[in-house]
Amino acid sequence: MKFVLLWSDALFFLLVVTAIVGGLWARRIEHLRVSWRRVGQSRVAMAAATLLVAFVAVALLDSLHYRERLPGEGENYAVEVRSALDALLAGLRTRTEKTYSAPLATHSFAKETIEGEGRDFPRLKYGGAHLGDELGRHEMDIALRAVQGLALGLIAWLALWLAGAPLRRRATHLAWEAVFATLFALCLVSGVAAALAGGYHVLGTDKVGQDVLYLTLKSIRTGLLIGTLTTLIMLPAALFLGILAGYAGGWVDDVIQYLYTTLNSIPGVLLIAAAVLMMQVVIDTHPDWFATAAERADARLIALCAILGITSWTGLCRLLRGETLKLRELEYVQAARALGVSSLRILTRHILPNVMHIVMIAIVMDFSGLVLAEAVLSYVGIGVDPNTISFGTMINTARMELAREPMVWWSLASAFVFMFALVLAANLFADAVRDAFDPRGAR
Amino acid sequence: MTLLSVRDLRVAIGAARPVDGVSFEIGAGETFALVGESGCGKSLTALALMRLLPEAARIAGGAVQLAGTDLFALPEARMREVRGGRIGMIFQEPATSLNPVMTVGSQIAEALRLHAGSADPRRIVELFAAVGIPDPERRADEYPFQMSGGMKQRVMIAMALAGEPELLIADEPTTALDVTIQAQVLDLLARLAKERGMAMLLITHDLGVVARMADRVGVMYAGELVEIAPRAAFFARPAHPYAQRLFAALPDTASRRTRLATIPGSVPNPAERHAGCRFVSRCAAALPVCGTVPPPWREPAPGHRVRCHLEAVAKIGAGGTAPTATAEQPPPPAEPLLETHALKVHFPIRRGVLQRAVGWVRAVDGVDLSIAAGRTLALVGESGCGKTTVGKAILGLQPVTSGTVKLLGRVREGLAPGEMQMVFQDPFGSLNPRLSIDAIVREGRPDADVPALLRQVGLAPEMAARYPHEFSGGQRQRIAIARALAVAPRLLICDEPTSALDVSVQAQILNLLLDLQERLGLAYLFITHNIAAVEFLAHEVAVMYLGRIVEQGTAEEVLENPRHPYTQALLAAVPKLTGTVGERLLVSGDPPSPAHPPSGCHFHPRCPRAAARCHAAYPATAVISATHWVRCYFPD
Ligand SMILES: Nc1ncnc2c1ncn2[C@@H]1O[C@H](COP(=O)(O)OP(=O)(O)OP(=O)(O)O)[C@@H](O)[C@H]1O
Ligand code: SF4
Ligand code: SF4
Ligand SMILES: [Mg+2]
Repeated sequence: MKFVLLWSDALFFLLVVTAIVGGLWARRIEHLRVSWRRVGQSRVAMAAATLLVAFVAVALLDSLHYRERLPGEGENYAVEVRSALDALLAGLRTRTEKTYSAPLATHSFAKETIEGEGRDFPRLKYGGAHLGDELGRHEMDIALRAVQGLALGLIAWLALWLAGAPLRRRATHLAWEAVFATLFALCLVSGVAAALAGGYHVLGTDKVGQDVLYLTLKSIRTGLLIGTLTTLIMLPAALFLGILAGYAGGWVDDVIQYLYTTLNSIPGVLLIAAAVLMMQVVIDTHPDWFATAAERADARLIALCAILGITSWTGLCRLLRGETLKLRELEYVQAARALGVSSLRILTRHILPNVMHIVMIAIVMDFSGLVLAEAVLSYVGIGVDPNTISFGTMINTARMELAREPMVWWSLASAFVFMFALVLAANLFADAVRDAFDPRGAR
Repeated sequence: MTLLSVRDLRVAIGAARPVDGVSFEIGAGETFALVGESGCGKSLTALALMRLLPEAARIAGGAVQLAGTDLFALPEARMREVRGGRIGMIFQEPATSLNPVMTVGSQIAEALRLHAGSADPRRIVELFAAVGIPDPERRADEYPFQMSGGMKQRVMIAMALAGEPELLIADEPTTALDVTIQAQVLDLLARLAKERGMAMLLITHDLGVVARMADRVGVMYAGELVEIAPRAAFFARPAHPYAQRLFAALPDTASRRTRLATIPGSVPNPAERHAGCRFVSRCAAALPVCGTVPPPWREPAPGHRVRCHLEAVAKIGAGGTAPTATAEQPPPPAEPLLETHALKVHFPIRRGVLQRAVGWVRAVDGVDLSIAAGRTLALVGESGCGKTTVGKAILGLQPVTSGTVKLLGRVREGLAPGEMQMVFQDPFGSLNPRLSIDAIVREGRPDADVPALLRQVGLAPEMAARYPHEFSGGQRQRIAIARALAVAPRLLICDEPTSALDVSVQAQILNLLLDLQERLGLAYLFITHNIAAVEFLAHEVAVMYLGRIVEQGTAEEVLENPRHPYTQALLAAVPKLTGTVGERLLVSGDPPSPAHPPSGCHFHPRCPRAAARCHAAYPATAVISATHWVRCYFPD
């Protein structure tokens, strides 16, 4: 086995580490601690955060990449790059059917000509295979497995509850009840899903027989990456230019304002489409740059983040410029100038900390917008690489499935439900963060 | 006859009781003034009467009767008729009380339609004329942004009058206005009340305004009324220890450069519960019983009621700790520490896509000042005359258009942190909320001795670890002063350092400034519009009008023998505690815009003495004495 560190993995780990370090650092800074505590006291925010952490955990597992060693002599590795999540879900990944099958089905969704029996719905290779000929037990079996799953989930939740006891005692002001209520729901749902997944395709299979649950779980990483990396990429530019424009004023301000007004006046989708197509050409003409298909898809993902970032920094930049303009005239900044404090020090001590709440709010507010943007862009075909599993590509293929008669609804529904959960959690969390950090709302 | 009677009014915000058992009466045609420091519950009392309390607050008890109608029992629909109809209201901030996208005329018309049934255009013009708006036909078509603060306040008053109210509630109606405009508006209110037999509930923190306007006075402290008295009796013999201390804390000519009596501590938090008298922690005369038993109402003279345990309340002389005199010899004329010569700051007015300058705001237009070490030069003038800009230009925060600033005879290049520092007006904007006090004080000198500096400005060194939001306005101002002192400057530019503070706290800060000057030999450029503070602190006074100094001299010369008509008007406009109106030289109109200064003498459109030559050319300097000069053609 050989570890593979894709660029996006590196960036994602970096982001997670930064968030953790930032969190530890924020504990030492009074006003940040106060604001975050306010977030922690909100039940909604804590429930949303729990869900988000679960999503991040899945994405992290999916970011530990490796290549399998091929059997035989010598240092030969498989061309496919797999992740820890793939290994964990090996069952789901390998048990592919021939084509569509509905959730928990035992038979294929489409009729086929079966030798000797005429046209009928063929049995699935894996889905419900353990039932053998006792198809009458199908519903019984599902119910049984579901009950087993519930029990499993309950046990897991109890274990978590006990493990969390010291935490609850130490930080009594946080809304733990919301955390554990969310965990309860999460444990039960995953318990049932896990128990059923042993014998069935819980969310059905897609056109080429891939398990839809597997696809949706894989999509989480893509969505999270787009939502966070994009902000990470645009943040330095927006921060630097926005503050510079506001603080320096004069022609610097004019140039920066001109820049973002111009960028803003070009329709975003056009700009993105042009950039994505150009990038595609570059990537396609240099196949030698990438050792594996995964690396190529990854490059395209990062390029997409960069393009989205470059086209979306203007909003934050404008906000920051306005705020800096206001702060610059504040008397404590004037006092600092009168005391001979250097501009750089004024920027880092007086301006930056006082615009951080805007940055904070912008990051969490943008996140859900970006996840949705990925879906839309991939849907129109200018998003991620078609081989990258994402909510967008799932929805894109669902276009055909919805036109079938009878309709294949489960890919779209699964993508929708997962994306909805992710975006809703992100939005609720963002709201709580905004309320806690907005100085006007401060008590 | 009693028009309004308030019985035991209580307002609750959560657990706090910002208004806690207030009772008073207002007779028909009477002006009743409610005075007190910020946060004592004056405005909430007024809003509660109108049933206009903010979301979080609610009426927790009491009754209000307006000529026999129980206002708290009225349904909301009927109450709406009372508001603006039988009771009119005007607020402190005229700018935010008017709708910016409607002409003032249509806003008045709306008020008329609501309360008089129809909006006769003639009534609008009549109302405008009644509140002294010149050229009412044309003005009715203007938008609020086209009007000055004084004009907007007049429109507000006209709107309040539209319903022919029996009672006008005026909440700090002149606090946002300049003294000369304030005098005009107060005169107007007094005239209207008399002409229409209208009762008035006047809310203010300014005892001068009370003396000028009120028939009876109520003093509020921490949500309670503590004294009610007819004006004359109140000003002659304030009875409550708090009222006595308030008077003693006011700076005036008599207290020139002597310590003001101060009230230690600050107003208690409204959430606090009180067993006894609410003033007990700050009262010098407190008795043992004061801490445990609420004081009863006493009546030392008919109509004069006070809430205090002291039997002999009426006999206490004004002033708690007697002001201590400081011996002061006129210092020998020293080398000027700071000199400005023909200082000009012009701001471009930019228009159009190319942002070309189409004109200039002459904010500072040729200012010569000089300050010697250890002396205080007060720069007085109305809002927008360019005082702050002078301060910033001297400091180097504001690039100058032309002219020089000399420090100890050398031209200043860039900032000179070790020589000059600034203390700003707004105690809430002048400290970075994200930094601890320690970090703030070290701002200019990382190795500053923070405990010593804090002690020097009268704060405890332990406070260094705390953050600005934990401090009151006065304490913040002390911290700002400590930050400036850390770099050991010789000149402190104080830009309205006390105008955002309550009287009792203002006295503390003025005392501190005086102390520091005597101990450290600091020079002050004291920028203010508060004449009383000037009388207290200044050695020299310069009067500024529209970017230029129009009169300068020693404090005695300028304040006792003003020669410029503007200075005279400014001094006459300050409401006096004696309440005597006397012979007043009131200026009419508003200050003109510095973008379009009038020809000749800038003051001529408002000057009662203006002659033909005043229109033609700016007057040259007329010398009155070695230290006193004035720019006017008629300096006698
Ligand atoms: N940065 C600026 N750009 C344009 N005009 C300005 C600027 N700063 C001040 N002015 C104008 O210059 C004039 C003088 O302003 P300044 O702040 O010095 O007045 P001030 O006497 O301190 O008034 P106040 O008593 O209200 O503080 C005003 O007309 C103001 O509008
Ligand atoms: S009751 Fe007592 S504490 Fe209160 S003002 Fe009177 S003397 Fe002072
Ligand atoms: S010069 Fe004329 S207009 Fe100006 S202040 Fe003197 S008398 Fe008035
Ligand atoms: Mg000013």
